[in-house]
Amino acid sequence: MSERIWILRDYSACSGCRLCEIACSLKHEGVIWPAASRIKIFEIIPGLPIPYFCVQCPDYPCVSACPTKALKVDDKTGAVLVDEGLCILCGKCIEACPGKVPRIVKNKAAVIICDLCGGDPECVKVCSKAGYNALKVIKHPNNDIVKHYLIDPEKISKYILAKYRKGV
Amino acid sequence: MYGIHGKYLEIDLSSERSREVKLPLRIFRMFIGGRGLATYILWKELGSKWEKVDPLGPENLLIVMTGPMTGYYPGIKLTISGKSPQSNGVVGSAISSEVAVELKAAGYDGIVIRGTAKDPVYIYIEDDKVEIRSAEKLWGRRGLEFLKALKDELRSEPRWGLEPPPPALYIGPAGENKVRTAAVMSKLAHAAGYGGYGAVMGSKKLKAIVVKGNGPLPRAAKPDKLEELKNNVMEKILKQKGFRQWGTTQGIWSVGYVTSSEPIKNWQEEWHDKLEVSHIVFEESYWIKNPWADWGCPLACMKVSRAVIGDKEYFTDGPDYEMGAYLGPNLGIFNAKEIVALSALADELGLCGIQTGNVMAFAIELFERGILTIDDVGYELRWGDFNCAKKLIEDIAYRRGIGDLLAEGTYRAALKIKELKGVDVLKYAVQVKGIAVGAHGIRSKKDYPQPIAYAASVQGGDHTSVAGLPKNSRESEAWRVFFDSAVVCSFTGFAADEKTMVEYLNAVTGWTITLEELYNEIGPRILSLQRILLLLGGPDVYWDPRVHDDNPPRFYEPLPTGPHKGSTIQREEVVKKLREYYAELGWDEYGIPREDTLKKLGLTDAIPLVNKIKSRLGLT
Repeated sequence: MSERIWILRDYSACSGCRLCEIACSLKHEGVIWPAASRIKIFEIIPGLPIPYFCVQCPDYPCVSACPTKALKVDDKTGAVLVDEGLCILCGKCIEACPGKVPRIVKNKAAVIICDLCGGDPECVKVCSKAGYNALKVIKHPNNDIVKHYLIDPEKISKYILAKYRKGV
Repeated sequence: MYGIHGKYLEIDLSSERSREVKLPLRIFRMFIGGRGLATYILWKELGSKWEKVDPLGPENLLIVMTGPMTGYYPGIKLTISGKSPQSNGVVGSAISSEVAVELKAAGYDGIVIRGTAKDPVYIYIEDDKVEIRSAEKLWGRRGLEFLKALKDELRSEPRWGLEPPPPALYIGPAGENKVRTAAVMSKLAHAAGYGGYGAVMGSKKLKAIVVKGNGPLPRAAKPDKLEELKNNVMEKILKQKGFRQWGTTQGIWSVGYVTSSEPIKNWQEEWHDKLEVSHIVFEESYWIKNPWADWGCPLACMKVSRAVIGDKEYFTDGPDYEMGAYLGPNLGIFNAKEIVALSALADELGLCGIQTGNVMAFAIELFERGILTIDDVGYELRWGDFNCAKKLIEDIAYRRGIGDLLAEGTYRAALKIKELKGVDVLKYAVQVKGIAVGAHGIRSKKDYPQPIAYAASVQGGDHTSVAGLPKNSRESEAWRVFFDSAVVCSFTGFAADEKTMVEYLNAVTGWTITLEELYNEIGPRILSLQRILLLLGGPDVYWDPRVHDDNPPRFYEPLPTGPHKGSTIQREEVVKKLREYYAELGWDEYGIPREDTLKKLGLTDAIPLVNKIKSRLGLT
């Protein structure tokens, strides 16, 4: 488990361009399919977009909650992997997730969760290529601090607005 | 079928019914999408009775249309269309909105809305589910307050996993009050301003259109080729470092100082050297966020501005150049903070900053000249007076006092004032065929160099659809038609030359369109139809090419200041260029499409309409 990676999100740098969503769906579905992107941008306050996706909780509540063992942890990256054949779309993983991150998407046979692209995430690549660098690959902090990135995006955008109001 | 679905959603607000309408692929091939397809639908549905259709009546259609390039070319645009309450013709009004992507993901290329709701409604579309819902809690709300109410309204939707709220197209109070300068809005500061479609939405009692699409975009014909083209385009876009940093806000200073083509005090001047409106002032004092981008866009020309004046907090974009110029220098205002505030006000009221800034400056000039008085207005109108501008813009949005008259837009307001005061005020109206001219002057010839840019455009003063020669070049309106029909953003569109752009379209659609076909057939086909509907006009005003294919009188006054002092437009040159331009498009000396041209373009059915125009103008 030494190579475990994590995607750091810099909210102030995110432009809300959704190039990450496009790259994610192209990688996983072979087509541009925003609803099936594992990363979602929440732009609840216009201009203050929040990238929102799996944080790989150290205790993996989703994996424990799955009744069919459809979810497992990727030894190499620490990502949650979904076995499409085993998933019964029961939604237990969504209930267990502190951020309600897994999603059931119309016409998809299994729940979708970020798989870190096997260690070289497409979202990070395109974000860096576009010069925004709102997403960066770092070593997984391996503690519950990552769950802070599951705070309701609406709340996070309010914190950011408060920061701008203070002129920080 | 690649890149498109070949169908649109039709919603009748009077009968509360909706259905899917399929169009033959041949029609897409002829009109592409966006503005072209909207023009085709308007012609087919309303062409035979065009002059009688009230743009603000139930018969008019509100059309929201994507194009084949939507979702594939970097940046996202939609075109909003219908019979325009400004020009009485067709305007393809572009807007950046995630609704474009959601629509395609929901399985439609567009939406056509007819009829009028009894009480205020909004439309909620999720894939094949279409609901017309009460807008009781949304009507009357403006800007961020509306967005918050909409979010609360949609919160009850049960979802599997946390999802972002779906995007919306909406109107502010101005649209609700059928102000002819009202825009269709999206997000915070995104507007389809030209055409006045906010008023059309308001006339239908339609507050918003919310779209959620759960499916993928239609497949592209040649994904590998597309990827290669997209990468090349992205690379070019990423090299525009200055534009990425400053957006079009930089123009508030440079279009005045560098190219002498910025509207100042109702276009009495076009040059200034005021560093108080440099992009640096906006960037350092008012931008709380840079960058801000639309879906799929690496350019991020937008920025988030915030200003506080008195007890009110204002949020808007940069503002972008057009808003900044029209609600700043054009009102004699050279104060960045006040420009941010006025742009934010225009956004939250749901007003087009160009059309509204134009009519405001027109009113201030008339006041200065003593034609409008304190008895007409109730307060003094002065250049450079923020409080007066703030009051005036609100009065327009709510049609209060003098605002009711100005809410008709510059051209119609000028006609009414002429009637009331017996003074020919049309000479101060900087508009073409009912549409206020965009914030790019033509007198210095350093910015928009074509003397017929606006005079010959089928969208009047629309600076995003200017006409020019030669026909087979980017100067031509035939090229602009491509942008609005394939639906490509003007700011990311620079990154592909004409040949690449056509290749791009073919890689998405699998078509085999050539650049020649685009310039000689598709462009002229759409332009000819738009021109015919524009010249049919009515029911309140009509255009005569001999009178109205012209620049605003102000553009024949020499520039009074700056390095291009004395520069002006020669009327003889305009007349000569108009003739050349018409001839290249296969139109007669009055700019009426010739019979043989219409036959060649597959528009034989439009010949009776041309005969109607000729008979009205006494040209038979």
